[in-house]
Amino acid sequence: MAKKTKPALKSVARKSVNGHDTLREVEQLLYRQAECLDGKRWQDFIELFTADGTYWMPASPGQTTGDGVPSIFWEDRNLMTVRLKRLTHPRAWSQKTAWGTNHVIGNVILSKEDANGDLVVRSRFHMMEFRNDTTRHFAGSYVHHLKRTKAGHRIKLQRVDMVNAEGPYEYVLQAWV
Amino acid sequence: MGADSGLDVAKAVEPDRVHRSVYSDPGIFELEMERIFNKVWTYVGHESQVPAVGDYWTVQVGRQPMIMVRHSDRSVRVLYNRCPHRGAMLYGDRSGNVGKGIICSYHSWQFDTDGSCKAIPLDKGYQGTRLTPGDENCNIKTAARVESYRGFVFASLAADGPSLGEWLGPARIAFDDMCDRAPEGEVEVVPTCFRVIQQSNWKIFLENQLDALHPAVTHESTGRAAGEVEQAIQKKGGNAPLSYHFLSAFATPISKWDAFQTIGYRHGHCILTGYMGLRPRDPDTLAYEKVMAKAYGKKRMEEILGVNIHHVLLYPGLSVQSPLQQLRAVRPLGVDKTLTEIWHFRLKGAPEAIYRRALGYYNLVNSPSTMVNADDLWNFWKIHKGLESQGGDWVSFHRNAGQDLETNDVTTSVIGTSEQPMRNQFKAWTQYINGAT
Repeated sequence: MAKKTKPALKSVARKSVNGHDTLREVEQLLYRQAECLDGKRWQDFIELFTADGTYWMPASPGQTTGDGVPSIFWEDRNLMTVRLKRLTHPRAWSQKTAWGTNHVIGNVILSKEDANGDLVVRSRFHMMEFRNDTTRHFAGSYVHHLKRTKAGHRIKLQRVDMVNAEGPYEYVLQAWV
Repeated sequence: MGADSGLDVAKAVEPDRVHRSVYSDPGIFELEMERIFNKVWTYVGHESQVPAVGDYWTVQVGRQPMIMVRHSDRSVRVLYNRCPHRGAMLYGDRSGNVGKGIICSYHSWQFDTDGSCKAIPLDKGYQGTRLTPGDENCNIKTAARVESYRGFVFASLAADGPSLGEWLGPARIAFDDMCDRAPEGEVEVVPTCFRVIQQSNWKIFLENQLDALHPAVTHESTGRAAGEVEQAIQKKGGNAPLSYHFLSAFATPISKWDAFQTIGYRHGHCILTGYMGLRPRDPDTLAYEKVMAKAYGKKRMEEILGVNIHHVLLYPGLSVQSPLQQLRAVRPLGVDKTLTEIWHFRLKGAPEAIYRRALGYYNLVNSPSTMVNADDLWNFWKIHKGLESQGGDWVSFHRNAGQDLETNDVTTSVIGTSEQPMRNQFKAWTQYINGAT
């Protein structure tokens, strides 16, 4: 028997029972979510979350929960709905200027898969925003905690760590990143 | 020094209108830095930001980079962030601990936390020169004056002027109201600072803080959105957290804002009375009131919780929201660029649920994802652009002008939407610019 010189690369990515590649499946979910943001399909974005799902952008990288500590975003579906209703209100004045974003998601790593199909997925994003004749760039990492449901995976918790989380913001973030 | 536009600065401010150059002229901005920001008391931080000896935070006073540091005698010192040797900034980060002392990263000059020079490497090199190691030219320059009030530390770059207490005057209620609401009588900083940059002159932010005419217009979208979701939650038999009310209150109809009041004090300080009704009868509030009654007695508790403030503005650099334990410090970066540093505090001895109210407001209204300031900052930029333009020379503050009620240096507006706070701010502005304060 040949002696192993290197340990096998550890990966939890595996074929699911019906033959689909789990990693490919979650990548599609991340890309679809990015499409919802770039396409301003806010309701579709919200529906990617479980009923008790949370969108969280920590105020600093060391935080382990958004509960009871400052966050840039810490929104359940109700608060996400407030944001949606504001973004689409005819007199949300700062929405009057043309704006758009482009998200690119990469470095997708399936870091945990439970027997019941729940997943933890890490990835990186780069987002360019054009607003008010100005371009801004944001980058950082996502951690998606996904719940397996009959309709496919849904987001129980999305953690969004901005590289510039603790830096000064030129203007603000009106929509999710 | 004066207006780049050639305008006579003495004629730029009238009792009920202000020339647009006051907001857009770089020369007037320089004059403001020299005669206002270099003289007044500037908020540098809270004592609880630097709990241990050697702890420091870097901060901007006027436009000077400074260091707030805890000295070995436990006092809080404010030093210029500059090495007396070749001028390098001593700390380029935001906070930390000086360790064994302040050491310059350029040539290792070493200082104590009161600014005094402790060591200069190879100091023989100064023999026979005009620099004598040990004399005061080798020390870090300190802020001319440092004082604190109930844990809130202020520095002034001018040796002369009113004491902090005199300068605050009745506007000290900003800190009394915040601290008295703590069963232990003091607050503790939550060490997260949100920083948001506005593309506009600093005065535009200050005017907006006490402008009761704008919320129903500017924030209607957010107020209505939150109100609809708040009602939907209640319809399903749930209890919407108070944070929904923080947002839905912005949709209070424009006619109702007249019921509130603004009160102007000397030096441009001003108060907008409260409108959010922050004393609901829910179990969290009742539990808090029990702790408060135990700490202060029922009568004093009623006085404390009866204080009805929305914002206190300490002109020209601080906006305090005492009942929700938040503050925004204003750092002018240029004539058309302003940084706000936003902090919130914990009421010492109060139940966790009460802290979570402050946190809800901090996250929803004051974080970089704010659905409220998004529209304010958009307005500020448009205001600034309009005031750079030649579409008109004057900014109107005529609303209820001539009707302000004045007794003993205290000016009260006749109605909430009066432009009295702006007139009061410009009264102070004129005094500072003329060198009368």
